[in-house]
Amino acid sequence: MIKFENVSKSYGESKVLKGLSFQIKQGDFVVLIGPSGCGKTTTLKTINRLIQPDSGKILIDGKDSAQLNPVELRRSIGYVIQQIGLFPNMTVEENIAVVPKLLNYPKEKWQPIVKELLTLVGMPYEENAHKYPSELSGGQQQRIGVLRALAASPPIVLMDEPFGALDPITRESLQEEVRRIQKKLKKTIVFVTHDMDEALKMADVIVFMSGGKILQMASPEEMLQHPADPLISEFMGKHRSALSVNAAMSAAEFMKTRVLKAARSMQTLQSIELMRNRDVNSMIVLNDDDTYAGTVSLDTIKSHGKAGRAIGEFMETTVPTVNLKEDARDTFEKLYTSPAGYVVVLNDDMTVAGLITKTSMAKAMGDALWGEMIS
Amino acid sequence: MSNLMPLILEHLMIVLIAASISVVIGVVLGILSYWMNYLDKAILWTAEIIQTIPNLALLAILMILFGLGNVTIIAALVLYALLPIVRNTYIGLKSVPIYLKDAARGMGMSKLQRLMKVELPLSFPLIFSGIKIAVVNSLSIAVMGVLIGAGGLGYPIYRGIQTNSMERILIGAIPVVLMALLLDYLMTKVEKRLVHKGSVN
Repeated sequence: MIKFENVSKSYGESKVLKGLSFQIKQGDFVVLIGPSGCGKTTTLKTINRLIQPDSGKILIDGKDSAQLNPVELRRSIGYVIQQIGLFPNMTVEENIAVVPKLLNYPKEKWQPIVKELLTLVGMPYEENAHKYPSELSGGQQQRIGVLRALAASPPIVLMDEPFGALDPITRESLQEEVRRIQKKLKKTIVFVTHDMDEALKMADVIVFMSGGKILQMASPEEMLQHPADPLISEFMGKHRSALSVNAAMSAAEFMKTRVLKAARSMQTLQSIELMRNRDVNSMIVLNDDDTYAGTVSLDTIKSHGKAGRAIGEFMETTVPTVNLKEDARDTFEKLYTSPAGYVVVLNDDMTVAGLITKTSMAKAMGDALWGEMIS
Repeated sequence: MSNLMPLILEHLMIVLIAASISVVIGVVLGILSYWMNYLDKAILWTAEIIQTIPNLALLAILMILFGLGNVTIIAALVLYALLPIVRNTYIGLKSVPIYLKDAARGMGMSKLQRLMKVELPLSFPLIFSGIKIAVVNSLSIAVMGVLIGAGGLGYPIYRGIQTNSMERILIGAIPVVLMALLLDYLMTKVEKRLVHKGSVN
């Protein structure tokens, strides 16, 4: 267990940590997150005393870490950094065995550990142990970085944005691997990131920091449902709206409002011209009182229309209509069965509110799932 | 030619002894200036000032201390070789990426362990090139030894100057040039082998 008691740290005038107090339970995967400069990395580094706090105490399993020998303390805490930091002058095997060797393990003891760990991440010993870091891909290097932190079986592992420099696919597979390893080996992991995706995926507990203080410490679920601060909601923006997809959405949220409308008395050639100008192939026909009458498409005009006739005479009324407040799911079904590929949305007074096409539906779903998208 | 060989060997001997001593002193001073922030300027400045003292003047000063003979020229060569070695050691250690030093510290390495396991191996290429410069320079400076009664290839060159004999001058000078080229070539090869894999990329 790691316990912070009123820990503060300043660099000159700027206070980086302002009296932090919190506890990390044994075996928890704790993610420190927040905007840059919030003190998350500093907090992490105070745990293995790479940074000394100005005041306050950090207790590790009940012992004041300031009383422990820093070099020995660090050997008992795994450490993974963003730049990976494998020693380029050592082979993969030597890198993994760094801490066991510092602890004077004999070779008979550390070599099996190296083999076992390499197997754990699917990198066979024979193929990889004697390579130098520069011969590995970025993802493989960081796998070794993680293994190096685990080699002396420390109960606590610190990870400082370990996957920040990796491409998305590699990052995802490493996230899964680390989560799996953590579950299997039951480590306490303290993990710094600025990526909310990563935090939600990995964490048992998320500690949200800002300006050297903790804004909220909660499980991912709890934080999504009840963010304690507007900044947190902003950080989780897209994830929160993903939740609200389940909530009732209405047809109004999917429709586009810029639609081409014409009175039923409009004549054929004029309406063709109008559609061509707007680059559409159908439009909505209105009654004289602006209520919805029907639709007309270029195709129908071509097959039925003669010059000089009013479009009201041959308009179609087969396109489904929905009310503005209609449930999104029902609207979706109507859209799917609509012969014209769109549905017309009507206001309560039967005037036209807009259209839902397959494109507008897809865009609205995308916005809801992944946050506001560039249109 | 037969009486040239002992001179060549003596010349080489003087240079190699001087180089070995300056490597030890230079690397140690380089490490000290890296470790002690307030010392680095003083050490580097001193090495630079020594470098600017004219050969003749330095030899004269050392002669007062050490008398005539090989010891004096060796001492002079050591002093001249210090700058490239100290400076390259210092720069090499300084330029090991911070994140690697952080990683080493975070793994629980002591200051000495960090130096021996990470910092020195990684700055080795730069240190070695400093040594190479020092050795090649020493080969030509060692010729001055003849002025203070030291052995080596300075003797035939000096005699050549005195007797106005180009032939004698060349007999002394050509082996110096050849040795310099050969040593540079050999050390470059060694350097490449050592740097081959374990370099920072």
